[in-house]
Amino acid sequence: MSDLTAEGGHGAVPTGPEVPTGTGKAARRDWPLYEVFVRGKRGLNHVHVGSLHAPDDEMAVHAARDLYTRRNEGVSIWVVKATHITASSPDEKDPMFAPSGDKVYRHPTFYEIPDDVPHI
Amino acid sequence: MAHEETVYDALDHAHGGEGQWAFGTGFDDPLAGVDTTVPEGIDPADLGVYCLMLGDDALVLCQRLTQWATNAPELEEEVALANSGLDLLGQARLLLARAGSVGVLGRSREQATDSIPDEDALAYFRDADEFRNTALVEAENGDFARTMVRLLVASAWRLALFTRLRTSRDPVLAAIAAKGVHELTYHRDHAARWLLRLGDGTTESHRRAQAGVDAVWPLTADLFTATDVERRLVEAGVAVDPAELRDEVTGVLTMVVERATLAVPAWPADAAPSGRLGRHGPELTALLADLQGLARQHPAATW
Repeated sequence: MSDLTAEGGHGAVPTGPEVPTGTGKAARRDWPLYEVFVRGKRGLNHVHVGSLHAPDDEMAVHAARDLYTRRNEGVSIWVVKATHITASSPDEKDPMFAPSGDKVYRHPTFYEIPDDVPHI
Repeated sequence: MAHEETVYDALDHAHGGEGQWAFGTGFDDPLAGVDTTVPEGIDPADLGVYCLMLGDDALVLCQRLTQWATNAPELEEEVALANSGLDLLGQARLLLARAGSVGVLGRSREQATDSIPDEDALAYFRDADEFRNTALVEAENGDFARTMVRLLVASAWRLALFTRLRTSRDPVLAAIAAKGVHELTYHRDHAARWLLRLGDGTTESHRRAQAGVDAVWPLTADLFTATDVERRLVEAGVAVDPAELRDEVTGVLTMVVERATLAVPAWPADAAPSGRLGRHGPELTALLADLQGLARQHPAATW
């Protein structure tokens, strides 16, 4: 069984000795992986857009600007080292998420939202 | 709003149909809809040549930066360099189009067919002796450290110039400068951050950064000397005397280099304009062969 990390930003991705990591040079592996979150012009929250490698936090923000906001989408960028993210594990998917599926009272479906109430 | 759309749909929503893609919005005349009338008291020929000087600096440096594509040490940095190159290409397009709009086309029209727009004729159908860029931008890239030093020097100089050109009496030039200031601020910042890290990094990165500084410094000799064209345009309120930029540029560069724990070499003695008058080294000829070969073989090709 592989270790599970948030590498790649797509949830838990297996890593470990049996997972090919390519023949990448050592230098590349030295740069930590960052996850990038961008808030759009009219966005209310930062949205995960992808990941990148950078030598340090400041350069990660810089690289994120060049990689993920080239079309003038963003007004704010967050980066966080992927190792600082704790992700839920696919093995626990059912105990984690299934119990909420049949509890309709948790969903706001029993009243009408007026048309002029935004952001719901 | 559906949350299942791709994240880019959500982000992209913000700017609607503004068309910020570099590609796909067409390559029509970048000055379309702009009043290109030359204000009274300004010699259009001088104005055109001045635009060629600044446009060629951008075009040639863009070509140097894009030479890192597929060669950069890291993918992230490759994109950053290409982005800066594209910013400069945008500036070059506007400036060459401005030169064309006042009829300064040199010998480019001898080879370029009528269907080729002015900016392309100027970019692809002039020989090296008609290019008016400085020696600083045409020099070989060298290693990554040297590339960053050159980018730092070039963007510090250009930012100091563009900041002042925003009040140029030529409204088109003033608008181009105002747009470029944000881009150049970013380029200067990016290069400075790298130089700080390289200079204050490992023994090897420090050695390379110092070698880069030592190699690039002599290329600044003609950056602060005005040509006759510039002098006349300074009188007319259009251009900025490059001598005026010296304190700001050398101040910024000294600060960055010192903070990068590197030695600041002596500034070279002022040299007479050379590149600005069309005198260039073989590096530019080789660079232009790359840049112009396809367009000259297949004029007016589209794809």
